Amino acid sequence: MFKTQSLKFKMTALAGLLAGAFMTQAAQAGLVKVDGSSTVFPVTEAVAEEFQKSMRGKTKVTVGISGTGGGFKKFCRGETDVQNASRPILAGEMKDCKAAGVQFIELPVAFDALTVVVHKDHPLNAISVEDLKKMWEPAAQGKVMKWNDANPAFPNAPLALFGAGADSGTFDYFTEAITGKSKSSRGDFTASEDDNVIVMGVSRNKNALGFFGYAYYAENQDKIKGLDISWKGGKPVEPSAANVLNGTYQPLSRPIFIYVNAKSLANPEVRAFAEYYMKNAPKLVAEVKYVPLPAKAYEYNLSALQKGRLGTKMGGENKVGLTVEQLMSLEAKQPRDGMCRRGAETRQVGHANGAAA
Amino acid sequence: MNTVVSTAPKDRARELVAMRARIAAGVRNQQIFAAVGVLFTAFALLVLIAAFLDLLIDGLPRLSWDFLTNFPSRHPDQAGILSAWVGSAFVMLVTMLSAVPIGIGAAIYLEEYAGKNWFTDLIEINVTNLAGVPSIVYGLLALGLFVYQFGFGQSILAAGLTLALLILPIVIVSSREALRAVPIHIREAAYGVGATRWQMVSDHLVPYSRGGMMTGVILGMAEAIGQTAPLITIGALTFIAFLPEMPVTGEFPFLSMEWIWSGFTVLPIQMYNWVSRPNVEFQINAAAAGVILLLMTLLMNSLAIYLRYQVRKKIKW
Repeated sequence: MFKTQSLKFKMTALAGLLAGAFMTQAAQAGLVKVDGSSTVFPVTEAVAEEFQKSMRGKTKVTVGISGTGGGFKKFCRGETDVQNASRPILAGEMKDCKAAGVQFIELPVAFDALTVVVHKDHPLNAISVEDLKKMWEPAAQGKVMKWNDANPAFPNAPLALFGAGADSGTFDYFTEAITGKSKSSRGDFTASEDDNVIVMGVSRNKNALGFFGYAYYAENQDKIKGLDISWKGGKPVEPSAANVLNGTYQPLSRPIFIYVNAKSLANPEVRAFAEYYMKNAPKLVAEVKYVPLPAKAYEYNLSALQKGRLGTKMGGENKVGLTVEQLMSLEAKQPRDGMCRRGAETRQVGHANGAAA
Repeated sequence: MNTVVSTAPKDRARELVAMRARIAAGVRNQQIFAAVGVLFTAFALLVLIAAFLDLLIDGLPRLSWDFLTNFPSRHPDQAGILSAWVGSAFVMLVTMLSAVPIGIGAAIYLEEYAGKNWFTDLIEINVTNLAGVPSIVYGLLALGLFVYQFGFGQSILAAGLTLALLILPIVIVSSREALRAVPIHIREAAYGVGATRWQMVSDHLVPYSRGGMMTGVILGMAEAIGQTAPLITIGALTFIAFLPEMPVTGEFPFLSMEWIWSGFTVLPIQMYNWVSRPNVEFQINAAAAGVILLLMTLLMNSLAIYLRYQVRKKIKW
């Protein structure tokens, strides 16, 4: 008696599961899907948190971390609405997007300063890009093993290098800025995707040198020392929010972006999220220890959203040594050369889609 | 041998002394082995206890009711693991509901029904080998099969099935061991009183080997709850501040299957995200989440061990 009953129950449960499995996936209303870079994650997470509070739970936002490259793969298949990117979209990714009919709006959301750090007792306070190049270029592998191999003025001590893993946008940008070619670096250094591992490595090794995003330096200033950076014979410049904003901390300042799928903007929830992002970025970006863009830039982004200004302004590559002004002038230059008209057209298409759906 | 033993009393006394020495040596060896065994067990336990205490001490300041009922946040002191532990629980539910029937069914078939031929051998070798495949490979398979081919998307269903694949070899192998441990007389007796094969299997083999099968399920589930890589591969989220629709609803028919389509995150992913944050305060959250993860595993295992005990108590041969 008991046995048959429990068997029956099991069968019902199983049938339910199977029926569920073969049902079509219900459209998830009020959901904004974000994925991509772990560097941009803290900013988007902060915005998503506040946005959901302001909507009183009516709109749901999910944020995943699959890296800038992994995220673009999903974004260009149209699986996500918003893409977090710690570098601009690359030419190959633009091709994928085009093939799948995904058009996007590019919105720079903050600046990050890649910081070169050493142990807090290290005698050095500043370093030039040229010396960094001698340490990091592929030719240095197995040759530049001591600090004074890179520059005779440096101490005669073994050199222990720590850096971001080869899959990260941080590694791409650092190698582009220092050695002149993206992903071109020596291979014999301690690589980690987790920046806290690098913080720990540098704080425990008197002869270490490493690099990571400014937020990790800001949180760990008691353990490690950030080096001032000089470029092309200029004066050494301290890594700080002010120096990023005034454009002197070069070439290691980099913009970080979000990309919004143009079709998703027909969905009022995605549009509301993107607009909320731009309106609240100045406060939230600073809160998570990144450098906010000037207010003008966010206003420009808002108008890009409202006018549906499509495409990238970065030319499908990493641009090194871009100041905030240059980034904005890049933005401002583009609308005249046809981008605007194309944008207007797709916007209509987008609306038509919205009406049909 | 005994016939050669000298009958002289002196010799016999010497024999006796030698034999006593041999016995003493045997006892000593046994004691040494027992001591070494206890030492190794204690070492393994100590490592576990040390790891748990370390997490507990680090995470204690954050362990509170709020921590369990809050969603993730950028403020470490307000951040909680609600979506993570609920996600872990739902994914485990799907894993169990799919891995247990398939795994035990496969074990019964291979052990009781399948003929001994090269094809069965091939399956056997493959099942055993699957246990050694790195978990990320299951993630890649699931990404292609469940997420895209079957159109399940980045859902709890896809995640649960992925982990079910991952633990199937463990469940199958240990269930077969359990079936094999049932004495042959039981089978023969069942056949002797005229039972069919199915009656023998369902009335005798399965009830008697349930304990051993459960051990396999426990091991498998404990393995599954700590997995991160395959779930990240199929698209688990990191920030999610809402819960899947609950399976039990207030309206007819009271059961909803909507939850299997929901996006999700799990505890190990939430922990990893906190560990790699710049803000040092999040390390405390990560430790606290680790404590909860260990407690969840412990709870799951002790429930299964209790059930196994209840089952074994009923077996009377």
